[in-house]
Amino acid sequence: MTARQWSRDLAMGTKFAFTGGREGWIRVLLTGVGVGLGVALLLLTTAIPSAMQARSDREYSRTDLRMSSEVIPKADNTVLVGNVGSDFRGQDVRGRELEPEGLRAPLPPGLSEFPAPGEMFVSPALRKLLDSPDGKLLRERIPYRDTGTIGSIGLIGPAELAFYAGTDGLAARIGDSPVNRLDTFQGVDAPSEEMDPVLLLLVLVVFVVLLMPVGVFIAAAVRFGGERRDRRLAALRLVGADGRMTRRIAAGEALAGALLGLLFGTVFFLLGRQIAGTVELFGISVFPSYLDPTPALAALIALAVPAAAVAVTLFALRGVVIEPLGVVRTARPARRRLWWRLLLPLGGLALLAPMIGKGSENGDFNAYMVTGGVVLLLVGVTALLPWVVEAVVARLNSGPVSWQLAVRRLQLSSGTAARMVNGIAVAVAGAIAMQMLFAGVESDYTRATGQDVSRAQMEVTVPARIPLAKAAEELGATPGVRGTTAISSGTLGERRTDPERTATVTVGDCDALREVARLSSCRDGDVFAVRHAEYDTDTARLAKARTLYLDPGYSDSEKGAEVAWTVPRDLRKADTREDPTGWERGGFLITPGALPAKAAPAVTGLVYLRLDPSAPDAREHVLNIAARMDPYTQPMFYAASEQSGRFTSIRTGLFVGAACVLALIGASLLVSQLEQLRERRKLLSALVAFGTRRRTLSLSVLWQTAIPVALGLLLASAVGLTLGAVLLKMTGTSVAVDWPGVLSMAGIGAAVVLAVTALSVPPLLRLMRPDGLRTE
Amino acid sequence: MTPAGSLLAAHDLHKAYGPTHALDGAGFSIHPGEIVAVMGPSGSGKSTLLHCLAGIVTPDSGSITYNGLEMATMNDSRRSALRRSEFGFVFQFGQLVPELTCVENVALPLRLNGTSRKEAERTALTWMERLEVDDLAAKRPGEVSGGQGQRVAVARSLVTGPRVLFADEPTGALDSLNGERVMELLTDAARSTNAAVVLVTHETRVAAYSDREVVVRDGRSRDMERVV
Amino acid sequence: MSIGHTLLGLLESGPRHGYDLKRAFDAKFGHDRPLHYGQVYSTMSRLLKNGLVEVDGIEAGDGPERKRYAITEAGVTDVQQWLATPEKPEPYLQSTLYTKVVLALLTHRDASGILDTQRSEHLRMMRILTDRKRKGDLADQLICDHALFHLEADLRWLELTAARLGKLAEAVTR
Repeated sequence: MTARQWSRDLAMGTKFAFTGGREGWIRVLLTGVGVGLGVALLLLTTAIPSAMQARSDREYSRTDLRMSSEVIPKADNTVLVGNVGSDFRGQDVRGRELEPEGLRAPLPPGLSEFPAPGEMFVSPALRKLLDSPDGKLLRERIPYRDTGTIGSIGLIGPAELAFYAGTDGLAARIGDSPVNRLDTFQGVDAPSEEMDPVLLLLVLVVFVVLLMPVGVFIAAAVRFGGERRDRRLAALRLVGADGRMTRRIAAGEALAGALLGLLFGTVFFLLGRQIAGTVELFGISVFPSYLDPTPALAALIALAVPAAAVAVTLFALRGVVIEPLGVVRTARPARRRLWWRLLLPLGGLALLAPMIGKGSENGDFNAYMVTGGVVLLLVGVTALLPWVVEAVVARLNSGPVSWQLAVRRLQLSSGTAARMVNGIAVAVAGAIAMQMLFAGVESDYTRATGQDVSRAQMEVTVPARIPLAKAAEELGATPGVRGTTAISSGTLGERRTDPERTATVTVGDCDALREVARLSSCRDGDVFAVRHAEYDTDTARLAKARTLYLDPGYSDSEKGAEVAWTVPRDLRKADTREDPTGWERGGFLITPGALPAKAAPAVTGLVYLRLDPSAPDAREHVLNIAARMDPYTQPMFYAASEQSGRFTSIRTGLFVGAACVLALIGASLLVSQLEQLRERRKLLSALVAFGTRRRTLSLSVLWQTAIPVALGLLLASAVGLTLGAVLLKMTGTSVAVDWPGVLSMAGIGAAVVLAVTALSVPPLLRLMRPDGLRTE
Repeated sequence: MTPAGSLLAAHDLHKAYGPTHALDGAGFSIHPGEIVAVMGPSGSGKSTLLHCLAGIVTPDSGSITYNGLEMATMNDSRRSALRRSEFGFVFQFGQLVPELTCVENVALPLRLNGTSRKEAERTALTWMERLEVDDLAAKRPGEVSGGQGQRVAVARSLVTGPRVLFADEPTGALDSLNGERVMELLTDAARSTNAAVVLVTHETRVAAYSDREVVVRDGRSRDMERVV
Repeated sequence: MSIGHTLLGLLESGPRHGYDLKRAFDAKFGHDRPLHYGQVYSTMSRLLKNGLVEVDGIEAGDGPERKRYAITEAGVTDVQQWLATPEKPEPYLQSTLYTKVVLALLTHRDASGILDTQRSEHLRMMRILTDRKRKGDLADQLICDHALFHLEADLRWLELTAARLGKLAEAVTR
């Protein structure tokens, strides 16, 4: 057969798809929307890497951190940059103070000129926030006049909160504050950040796991309305088309749906891109222009989707004989064979096996082998599922009528049923493997901070020029603050300069000192030496000295305060205790009465704050006061644990993706379920006429979906657990089954099915009305 | 009003589907063992009359008594139970469940009544023998001819030993030879069990298997036997 | 019905006595009206005269003479011709029923009543025929079917007329 014949038949099929009247249109539209959703998801996925690259490129073009600690000299082409960034209700606010030191000072990207002192350029998102009532609290912290806008080239996303403020006198602060002198904002050689091989593995697998069900879904979508199509094909045979021609015409119809799907997909993608520009997900926002699919991948999608549509149709019709008077499914389809279906997952395992243990050696994973292995394992699910469903359903027998109806129906068309749940099974298998992998490596990527959040939730460093007590008092009076602990710390050495032994010195009143050590009794004027602190070897020796020096100087660095301090005779002993930051302090504890007045500048003041959890804006008030004391102060928030940010976003991404995919599959399940019900309208009415209970029929609809789904979930769990175990072995993590993860994923899959059944029951009840009995 | 001794009787039935009055004062009555043909042009309301009599549809007004019980006031589940245990149904087409075998189809009403599967299929098989389709027991409806399928449907309608058999154009999809065979078997079986048959048909040759006919026209019925 | 041709046809299978012929005729065709022997006698003598049958032999005995008749070449040809000639379809253009319906409409009587009564009567006849058909042999079934189909045709006309009564009333009373 020639290419011309092919194209002619395909074109005819395409034409039929669009000229099939209202019903034909609905079918093509349905397919188009289904395929379109899949295509949009694919395009979005291919665009994510470039979006991330675009973000990091922009980030590097405004770098204001210098890798070396050396300070470059002031020149005509230097600028001073101070970090006055903050945090507002959990959102990062990127803030910089700028002071050009010459005419050729480099401008950060997005600025047309330097803001004058006291003025600032802001990002659109920040301006919106500052102008809104919500931003009132933040406004107090950013006391500059808004005189311009940062161009989008200087922002990594439309939702980024950022400002550049003009200032002067920054030179004095170089060194002790986050202030740098720069001659360029271009980062050194924007490095493609070397990704941890384990993280890379996760990303690869997440992509495969999310994209596979989309493929399965597209395959299902081009077959929407299959039974009606069969009738049309029979009519074509009646007017003289031969078997092969009808097949090609059918493929042409699917092609039409797929092409329409590409069109829809592009539109959905463009819409989604615009929407993506207005939302912020996991603290990440991107400009629509960042979401630019890699051209090669986009071209691949444009070719692969229609080709797959044609292939799937031809494949699906292979067991079907289209006769002029109707479509005959070959009476008894050949029993499904097991061996080649088993070959796929085994092949996948074989690909993954050589990489077991590589993660712990920090070795690289072969991306192709990982992807290939995971794909094979997951494709194995779709290949095995029809066999499993057939084998199990053939053995099911006794049971109530609803069960019998469902089982018989499945026995007659177990392939259809398996196809319907394939998407869910793949998604669940993949997600279970992911869950396991995440739970397994979680400990590696989640760091326990040791901070005791019950004792303090914030810490504010008080600059030397402000008396600590005054600062503590002011902070204590802030709304939402329950209590404060003010202590100062410094270093004691045995010599004025270049000491060999040093110890921490902590200054505070008795209540404050009790936060860091166990004191049997305490009065103002007491001095304690702390015993048994971790990593503290020098305190005991230093305690025997007569005179020690606070803030000793070092000859290769700047000069210290170097205040002499006489060790008191009645030095008392204290046992250490974790302070609110989880640190066991050693050294000396000094009550204010025992500290010489001239020693005050030698110690740095620190205020721990306890916040009222019911006052959500307490921390914002504290931040405002801290910023008023010194814009460069960087208060810290305590958390019981912190996760690697990147790890968290991968995990969240998986969840969101899995939810989208399952919703997609749920939609296609619903469509085919409703189609099937509509076709049985007469039968349903007849069954009701002779007294079948509605419950019986509803239950049979439920069984009909629940049986294959249960089998699918079982198989998916088995494959998912295997895959998860292999992946964990690959990363060198001990294998543990994450049962809550398995159950929750299985639960999500089951919930989708229940939802589909629930949504198809009302139309079922409507179809069961006796109208269906009326003869036409 | 209700003729004495009647098993199923309806009086002054009204039923409207939207603006069309399918039934407009129709009445009906049938005695045990009697075969009554309901005739009339298409659209006259004869199917609606059958649906009302069988409790599939509730009339807007009027009364239907079965065995002395008023059906109009029964709730849906009671009417369904009645249909399961006391009535049998044969339709023109679309009534056999395609994925069940013929014997399973015949056994279905018994199973709905709670009979065990083995017991139900044994009873089903004896009825299939009577209708000369026992050799089709293991076949699926898609594999048998129209006439055979209709005989399977008749077997199914009789398997519960119904006291009233409702047949709506039971031969409508068959040629006259097959149609007559189905009618012969149906009426023979009904007479042997003393079941009443409500036979809706527009074919007079099918109606000739009845004892008397009721003509429905414009939603009103006319009982010929009692008029003459 | 042509009795001559029927008797000739019956002779084709072999020579028969006149009385045999009557019995065979009655069994196959004369369900409602058995043939008088005289009719057979007169018909056979006419056929003899025309050379379509010949006397095969005479058996002596009491009562009517027992001639045995056999069909001639010319007789076979004649039967052949009769069978091949199509019967003239009955036009039924003027029927009593039609007249009754139109008269009822003209005199403003209830025409649908007439139709219903007539249908009832037809159905009564059809029930009898159906019953006989079920109990009879194949010949019974064939003859009953023939009658049933005719009655059915009448009834179809009745149904159609019933559906058109309104129009008919308009046409005849104008």
